[in-house]
Amino acid sequence: MSTDPILTVSGITKTFPGVTALDNVSFDIRRGEVHALVGENGAGKSTLMKVLAGLHQPDGGQILHRGQPVSVQSPLEARQMGILLIHQELSLSPELSVAENIYLGAWPTNALGVLNKRKLRRDARAALEALGCGFGPDRRVGTLSVAMQQMVEIARSQAFSADVVIFDEPTASLTDTEKDQLFATIRELRGQGVGIVYISHKMDEIFELTDRITVLRDGTVQGTVTTADTDSTAITRMMIGRTLEAYFHKAEIAFGAETLRVEGLGLDGQFDDVSFAVRQGEVLGLYGLVGAGRSEMVETIFGVRRADRGRLIWQGREIPLPTPRQAIDLGMALVPESRKEQGLVLMMGGLDNTTLPHLSSYATATVMDRGREMQVFDRYRKALAIKTTGPDQPVSTLSGGNQQKFVLAKWLCADPRLIILDEPTRGIDVGSKSAIHELIAELAGRGLAVIVISSEMPEVLGVSHRILAMAEGRLVGEFEGDAMTEENLIDAVSHHLANPAAQ
Amino acid sequence: MTTDIGALLRRHGLLLGFGVFLLGVALSADAFLSPGNILDVLRQVSITGVMAVGVTFVVITGRLDLSIGSMLTLLTVIVVDQHNSVGPLLAILITLGAGVLIGAVNGALVGLVGLNALIVTLAMLSFLQGLVLFYSGGSNVNVENAQTTWFAVFGRKSLLGIPVPVLIFLVTAIIGAFVLNRTVFGRQVFATGGNGTASRFSGIATPWVVFWSYVISGLTTAIAAIIMGSRVMGAQNTIGQGYELTVLAGVILGGTSLLGGAGSVWRTVLGITMLGFIQNGLLLLGFPYYVQWLVTWAVIIAAVWIDLGAKRGRILA
Repeated sequence: MSTDPILTVSGITKTFPGVTALDNVSFDIRRGEVHALVGENGAGKSTLMKVLAGLHQPDGGQILHRGQPVSVQSPLEARQMGILLIHQELSLSPELSVAENIYLGAWPTNALGVLNKRKLRRDARAALEALGCGFGPDRRVGTLSVAMQQMVEIARSQAFSADVVIFDEPTASLTDTEKDQLFATIRELRGQGVGIVYISHKMDEIFELTDRITVLRDGTVQGTVTTADTDSTAITRMMIGRTLEAYFHKAEIAFGAETLRVEGLGLDGQFDDVSFAVRQGEVLGLYGLVGAGRSEMVETIFGVRRADRGRLIWQGREIPLPTPRQAIDLGMALVPESRKEQGLVLMMGGLDNTTLPHLSSYATATVMDRGREMQVFDRYRKALAIKTTGPDQPVSTLSGGNQQKFVLAKWLCADPRLIILDEPTRGIDVGSKSAIHELIAELAGRGLAVIVISSEMPEVLGVSHRILAMAEGRLVGEFEGDAMTEENLIDAVSHHLANPAAQ
Repeated sequence: MTTDIGALLRRHGLLLGFGVFLLGVALSADAFLSPGNILDVLRQVSITGVMAVGVTFVVITGRLDLSIGSMLTLLTVIVVDQHNSVGPLLAILITLGAGVLIGAVNGALVGLVGLNALIVTLAMLSFLQGLVLFYSGGSNVNVENAQTTWFAVFGRKSLLGIPVPVLIFLVTAIIGAFVLNRTVFGRQVFATGGNGTASRFSGIATPWVVFWSYVISGLTTAIAAIIMGSRVMGAQNTIGQGYELTVLAGVILGGTSLLGGAGSVWRTVLGITMLGFIQNGLLLLGFPYYVQWLVTWAVIIAAVWIDLGAKRGRILA
């Protein structure tokens, strides 16, 4: 590997309305290196990739390609410059041939604009052979396996003489054998002197394949390190950060009887073998990185997903796996991860959203009783200090914090026995955040069982009485009292990620 | 204030535009505002109006029902034919039952199985047209004792000077508006169309909400078929042809969003009535009768375009 950078990113800034996605990001890719780019979801990886591939234009900063400042206006332009992005979801046309796909958008034509099929096939065949692909240019792409389709995308690197290739989570849907073949191909590209950016959540792959690692968090670069000089714990720590200045109240009460016990819950392809219990008055934290299967697991308890196996014991009695309706009627509440997609009907007002899960409770002989609905709306608007002009103001026009308060209102108003909060403070302002933390303590104090999912280390440490760590669909640790430390949680999650076989 | 007017125009611009057009017609054709002509138009829109009340439910769930044209033909043939064999009362019950059944098949395929609403109901449109010919053997049917049967009340009689079909339209609209605005089911219809995922997370069985919306659409089409059979005292094999798009045009002219989640029965009543007056006005101005097809096209394109344009904040893709 030379130390000669092929691509230098310096001071790139990109803002969207209300969010700074990239803040003064600088890093470089050298000829013949595999450079890992890691970070939690929302850290800015995909925005950075879209800037490099010409899908977004940066607000500030500079990109130097082979030492020359460049301005990339479109993915095709990026490709013709020699910068190739291999998407997580492949961007191929299944009805077209391999050759047509490799040169998609840049088909060779003669003076009259007629496709030069002979040249197309000859060039495509050369590109495929350079990578040792076991299929020809005439195969219809729809008949290829996912791994082979990926090779078609990678073959574009040969066709366009790319010197920078960016892989976005390339092993997400590959088998182990296919993964090994992909790695061999990536090493082949490295041998050709191509600079490779490798985006992945999987620590074992990063340590097997890459030469250097750049960590992004909240749109800023946390550092670039040589892979041989670091380990997965250090990288995880850089990804998650350590800010423990927030202040939390934790209710100190004796826990009551078990509200919910989960035994051997599993959903194929998502999570398996999940067993735990939560008691009255207890706040149970569920920690893990994005993709660990935490949301899928609680959605399964709540019945939005149907479990493949497992038992639920509700207040001491085994119950059949419920539908959401049955779960609500039992006294479960789920504040989902995505407020806008799962939590609210955005075009409805606050009142309609609040009573939505319990319509029958506000109806006499199926006719809605607007007066009773108004009472509960007013009560929760005051209790949660929700800023809205009235019961019918569409919640789409409210701030994130006020929207989240309506999601809480719609679940609290039925007086549940168990409330599951999935990332309850994501994307809301600091004031609403601490109001929600106080609410969690208050609910537990009233004797509710509370499960809090959070990717924010200080939050999960601050609000929970007990913490379960989850990674790749398994529970990988349980911590209580003095054992609830940042180090222990990081260890549990990162060890698992480093050797997924050692479960 | 300017934003208020802008929002008002976006929401009701189409209705306002046609209101201006109707004012123009009224000034240039004296007959337009005569009580006789107004009652005539109301009688004509009562059939599409009753159907539109049911279709409003389906559209608010974010789906479509394009099968109602052939459904109207089939149910009209059934009510007339059964009238001759089992008498008016049983004929009416059989027709209502058949409408509910066809709606249930649509609802099961779209709601419970999850197939595409456009395809399912378009295929049903074709299937039911075939069933009409199968049932009638290709010949038109007529009520044998047309002069004496009390069945005439639904399409041909008046009460206190108001045609009975208009009263049926009004009662259907009142019940429809009540169910949609005041009941648990109505709230679920809005929620399902507004955000199906959030509705499922709120414990609403959205597949069944869609199912029952199609059943309602089948039921209102059956009511419309009874009016139609009574008015014509017979049924041709093509009697309902094109009604699906006229009804859809009325629904979206009233401002019910094809994207689901928003709409109202009273706005549909306004939309379908206005559409009737537009077509009547064009006839009075001397345009040939088939100009109504062109109007239907223009209304649908304009309404969908405005709806989408308001959502994404610009006119072109």
